[in-house]
Amino acid sequence: MKYVIAVIQPDKLDAVLERLTEKEIHLVTVSNVMGRGRQKGVSEVYRSQKEAGSLLKKVKLEIAVNEEFVKGTVDAITAGAYSGKIGDGKIFIVDLKDVVRIRTLERGHAAIG
Amino acid sequence: MEKRRRGGLLAGLGIAAAVMAASSTVHAAAAAPALVANPGDTAWLLISTALVMLMTPGLAFFYGGLVRRKNVLSVLMQCFAILCIVSLQWTAFGYSLAFGPDIKGVIGSLDWAWLRGVGAEPNPTYAATVPHTAFMAFQMMFAVITPALIVGAFAERMRFAGFAVFTVLWSTLVYDPMAHWVWAQGGFLRATGALDFAGGLVVHVNAGMAALAAALVLGRRDGYPERTSPPHNLPLAVLGAGLLWFGWFGFNAGSALASGGTAAGAFVATHIAAATAGLVWGAMDLVLQERPTVLGMITGVVAGLVAITPASGYVGLTGTVCVGALAAATCYVAVVWLKRVFGYDDTLDAFGVHGVGGMIGSLLTGVFALKSVNAAGADGLFAGGQGLLAVQASATLVAAAYSFGASWLLLKLTDLTVGLRVTNEEERIGLDLTQHSEAGYTALE
Repeated sequence: MKYVIAVIQPDKLDAVLERLTEKEIHLVTVSNVMGRGRQKGVSEVYRSQKEAGSLLKKVKLEIAVNEEFVKGTVDAITAGAYSGKIGDGKIFIVDLKDVVRIRTLERGHAAIG
Repeated sequence: MEKRRRGGLLAGLGIAAAVMAASSTVHAAAAAPALVANPGDTAWLLISTALVMLMTPGLAFFYGGLVRRKNVLSVLMQCFAILCIVSLQWTAFGYSLAFGPDIKGVIGSLDWAWLRGVGAEPNPTYAATVPHTAFMAFQMMFAVITPALIVGAFAERMRFAGFAVFTVLWSTLVYDPMAHWVWAQGGFLRATGALDFAGGLVVHVNAGMAALAAALVLGRRDGYPERTSPPHNLPLAVLGAGLLWFGWFGFNAGSALASGGTAAGAFVATHIAAATAGLVWGAMDLVLQERPTVLGMITGVVAGLVAITPASGYVGLTGTVCVGALAAATCYVAVVWLKRVFGYDDTLDAFGVHGVGGMIGSLLTGVFALKSVNAAGADGLFAGGQGLLAVQASATLVAAAYSFGASWLLLKLTDLTVGLRVTNEEERIGLDLTQHSEAGYTALE
């Protein structure tokens, strides 16, 4: 099992969700986050004082999947979030030790989907 | 604006003389007796002026709550920028173009530019009982809010520089001539007998058609209509709608240009039309969408206020309720159905509410106007009056056609010179950060 974490541009969220649905990946947790990469953020001005390097709004997706779905998940995210410009985001894939479905107390592969 | 000439004014000269002593003395030597402002009328008009001023910040909040959070400041900024820009344009030459001595029914001359000759003494042509300055200031607030209404159509995608240039051009070449045609002595639409009590044509049809042109010239926002976010802060929009309703008493009842029966009648008509339209829109939501929505009710209120604007000084209670109900119904169709079918991105429904509401209000004035309510008006269709409806229809058509065509040209001109639209990147990040280097809300802390 893998835990896929993706940080993407907010306006690409709908496209990514659409691609995930096409690949029958329905479970996803989404949150608004702030972040910056090498491009830094857009600077703000407060009473004529420039405040550089502030953060940009991003969207974070978290998806727990069984091994056979990892490729589909990554493909869906890259296809949906791609623009070719700096700031498209990143995908982090980490090993997932266990999953518990609270309602049934199922664990592992059975609990994931 | 109501054509108002007070014959009995001079009878009140004794009381008013105390207030306007200086003015009286100056003119005592002249052959004609000087006009003296009436304190009650002046007080009401100055308060109305301040009420109408508050509508522009109110509109800013109404629009600001409806956009996405990354664009809230840009909308507030556009409204406040218009307050600053158009107020100066108006005093420099806009007022003179609109209300100055007539040139062939089309435009005012520049005789009153920089407010030359516009002082404490009333101008009998427009408002014989208030200082000319007060009339000018009252009209200034109308000139301010009208371009601010258009903001709703191009919100979330217009460059600030392009916006500022367009605003000056539009105020000068569209608003000022239109105000002259409909309200000024000698204006060709006023001469046809068209009734527009407080600006159904000059303000709402005018801004609404410009809004449609703006939506078409600028094109849709990225992601419209599949990915349109809901309003980011509806309570802010409700606050704005409340301020608009409050300010509208000055807009309509102030347009009587005097404190008295006509003002009181317009006051009540304004309120009841707003209440009716809000209720009808809420009911239509309930029937067609299963729930009455907050956004629906406040949009209905604004639609009612828009539609009663040209009629407010001329109609009775039945007319008022009918105008409110029909305004809600037609604007509902425009906002919910027409926009979707034709696919234009009128972001905050400036055309759907102000354009459509203004047209329906101007037409219905030709149906429900009563001479028994206001002798300076005329009898509409329901009172057996023939002809007024046709006059209203042709005036509406002229106003709509000129506003749409001229606005389209000015937008294209601005686009070719300064540029109208932000880049896709800027649109994605939001106008607050890219146009103003500020954020409406902090994300952390």
